[in-house]
Amino acid sequence: MWFLAACSFERESAMSQPSISKSMTTGESGLAVVFAVTAFLCVIAAAKAVDTPFAFHAALSAAASLAAVFCIVNRYFDRPAALPQAEINGRPNYNMGPIKFSSFMAMFWGIAGFLVGLIIASQLAWPALNFDLPWTSFGRLRPLHTSAVIFAFGGNVLIATSFYVVQKSCRVRLAGDLAPWFVVVGYNFFILIAGTGYLLGVTQSKEYAEPEWYADLWLTIVWVTYLLVFLATLIKRKEPHIFVANWFYLAFIVTIAVLHLGNNPALPVSVFGSKSYVAWGGIQDAMFQWWYGHNAVGFFLTAGFLAIMYYFIPKRAERPIYSYRLSIIHFWALIFLYIWAGPHHLHYTALPDWTQTLGMTFSIMLWMPSWGGMINGLMTLSGAWDKLRTDPVLRMLVVSVAFYGMSTFEGPMMSIKVVNSLSHYTDWTIGHVHSGALGWVGFVSFGALYCLVPWAWNRKGLYSLKLVNWHFWIATLGIVLYISAMWVSGILQGLMWRAYTSLGFLEYSFIETVEAMHPFYIIRAAGGGLFLIGALIMAYNLWMTVRVGEQEVQMPVALQPAE
Amino acid sequence: MSFWTRHQIFEKNSIILIVGILLVIAIGGLVEITPLFYLKSTIEAVDGVRPYTPLELAGRNVYVREGCYLCHSQMIRPLRDEVERYGHFSLAAESMYDHPFQWGSKRTGPDLARVGAKYSDDWHVTHLTNPRAIVPQSVMPGYPFLSATEVDPDTIADHMKTLKAIGTPYTDDQIANAGADMKAQADPDNAGSNAFSKRYAKAVVRNFDGKTGTPTEMDALIAYLQMLGTLVDFKIYNEKANLR
Repeated sequence: MWFLAACSFERESAMSQPSISKSMTTGESGLAVVFAVTAFLCVIAAAKAVDTPFAFHAALSAAASLAAVFCIVNRYFDRPAALPQAEINGRPNYNMGPIKFSSFMAMFWGIAGFLVGLIIASQLAWPALNFDLPWTSFGRLRPLHTSAVIFAFGGNVLIATSFYVVQKSCRVRLAGDLAPWFVVVGYNFFILIAGTGYLLGVTQSKEYAEPEWYADLWLTIVWVTYLLVFLATLIKRKEPHIFVANWFYLAFIVTIAVLHLGNNPALPVSVFGSKSYVAWGGIQDAMFQWWYGHNAVGFFLTAGFLAIMYYFIPKRAERPIYSYRLSIIHFWALIFLYIWAGPHHLHYTALPDWTQTLGMTFSIMLWMPSWGGMINGLMTLSGAWDKLRTDPVLRMLVVSVAFYGMSTFEGPMMSIKVVNSLSHYTDWTIGHVHSGALGWVGFVSFGALYCLVPWAWNRKGLYSLKLVNWHFWIATLGIVLYISAMWVSGILQGLMWRAYTSLGFLEYSFIETVEAMHPFYIIRAAGGGLFLIGALIMAYNLWMTVRVGEQEVQMPVALQPAE
Repeated sequence: MSFWTRHQIFEKNSIILIVGILLVIAIGGLVEITPLFYLKSTIEAVDGVRPYTPLELAGRNVYVREGCYLCHSQMIRPLRDEVERYGHFSLAAESMYDHPFQWGSKRTGPDLARVGAKYSDDWHVTHLTNPRAIVPQSVMPGYPFLSATEVDPDTIADHMKTLKAIGTPYTDDQIANAGADMKAQADPDNAGSNAFSKRYAKAVVRNFDGKTGTPTEMDALIAYLQMLGTLVDFKIYNEKANLR
């Protein structure tokens, strides 16, 4: 509740200034005390820890809590008596600080995540790269890669853009004073705990939900605060309608909370240890896991990024959304159908047939709203298609929607049981995921960051559109190499597994199918390398935009003291 | 009032929108997940499946920790080639005590649901230490460090208590003797190995890594691998009674 207090205080202070004397807000003092207590508890936990990773994480949390206390107090002494006003000269005084932080972290984690992806892709081609050490072996690095790209890169892009879009489309300053900072910093601290945990062998082995119980608890606190900040901003909006993008952001935030809580209930062996056992077992755990897993795709990697599509494409193309009614149908159909699709990850397993059939049926139906959304995004370009020739950022955004269309056709196709009997357990799945992840999520994120960084830092434009163009083509080539290599290797391996000789014997031993993958694993690694090079070019471009970019002058908000 | 006008109630009220979202996303999960907890046909009636022995449980935790599930499935599908390559298709009952499940989603390496008793312990020690010493084309990482780390017989009972609290049917006797059982399973000369065998049906007592002293993570992991898929006797398993 401290953030609501901070938020109401903010409005009062805006009205009564400049006569108020300087004092700590309830939010500042409350949060400082909470972190001081947390630091104390973490020191005790570190001292009583039953395993080394837990001791390390407790010590890290103690240090972070102390740093938080210092930052809060330091900020208090540095800031003017009045908190930032909600409006200046009748124009909203947008809060860009947390957005800048998240954008920076997104780029940082993106490069880290792509790099780890390249490393594990190379390990599959050349296993000596595992070095026979625990913390460099594929099994520990793979969750590091997936979490870094999905939750660290994607998550920071989503938080940054959602905080930007909700302010702009509601025409109000972000709710809360410290709360948005708590969200962005707290979320990145969760990433740090999760990532270092993987390297130290701390995992509950549920794909895309690997962090152990204490990281899950921390994420819950951060996520609920995120929801409250977003919702409080929506509630105080100056526009009668909630903009479409915000529906998608809201569905993403709410549903991820539900999925996280449903999939992760676990009982720790000791409150001073990292190991826990998840409450669900066997078949129920499998179903919970893929209900979560597929909807992490559906709500984190789809609904959240569709929100980006619905704001950034119309903005960049300077055209309204193609059809408002289509977006209403798109929204409700997508969130209703997605949640059913999980069992297609469990075709032909011990999961009962009725559940598999339901999962397959809804997955096929899901094709329709997915393409409805794609059409809505692409047709927004009506009358502005010529901009694709001159604006590589818009081209990136549009190509991302094309990739979205492609992978949301491929997904329903792979969910058909007969197709799945071939594709499941093979690289085809990996290829499918990456056409969505690199092509759709990656490109729409890059496009959004290319828009957002000049906006948030108040720059006239990007440092270099030419570099964006290079990024676009290098990354596209990388994606094409990646997904075509995985299509070929996946289908090849699936066919080799089920190949019979004329005498009725299995034709290939398993290891022969592994050997056949080798060239494709090299091509895949090359594709991933190109994608990484593209991201490095992007990071340089954004860095130079912030450092040497020309200031945008017509906005008086730029004269605000920096936060 | 048209549908589109009515829809404005969601567009103009964030709380109604959030309630709408929650209702819409609740349906699919409720319909698909809840029945799995009460429909009797979900898990087959089958003899032989028991909770893991202390050593197997420690081995399973190593399996989880090292992310083996990322490349090895434990779920044989009822397809001709899989049944011929790996053995009888997996039953739901065979993983009913798995917290969390280890069915996996990718086969960079082969399925392990029935790898138990297929290879010798020596084969596993050599293969886990350096996979390419046995299978030159393998892309599996080596795990030589498992032999250097001992498992902890003092804390394994806490793990079993935790599992019992979430529904695994460990007996008080099994929990009380957890530490001793852990050592006994890796040491055929141990005085407690007879009592251990009575507590855990079909459990194999062997010196898995070939070294004496406190069992290592290598012992534990091999004990786990060697029991995978061996608990159900498919010669007496009634397929027809469990058709779903």
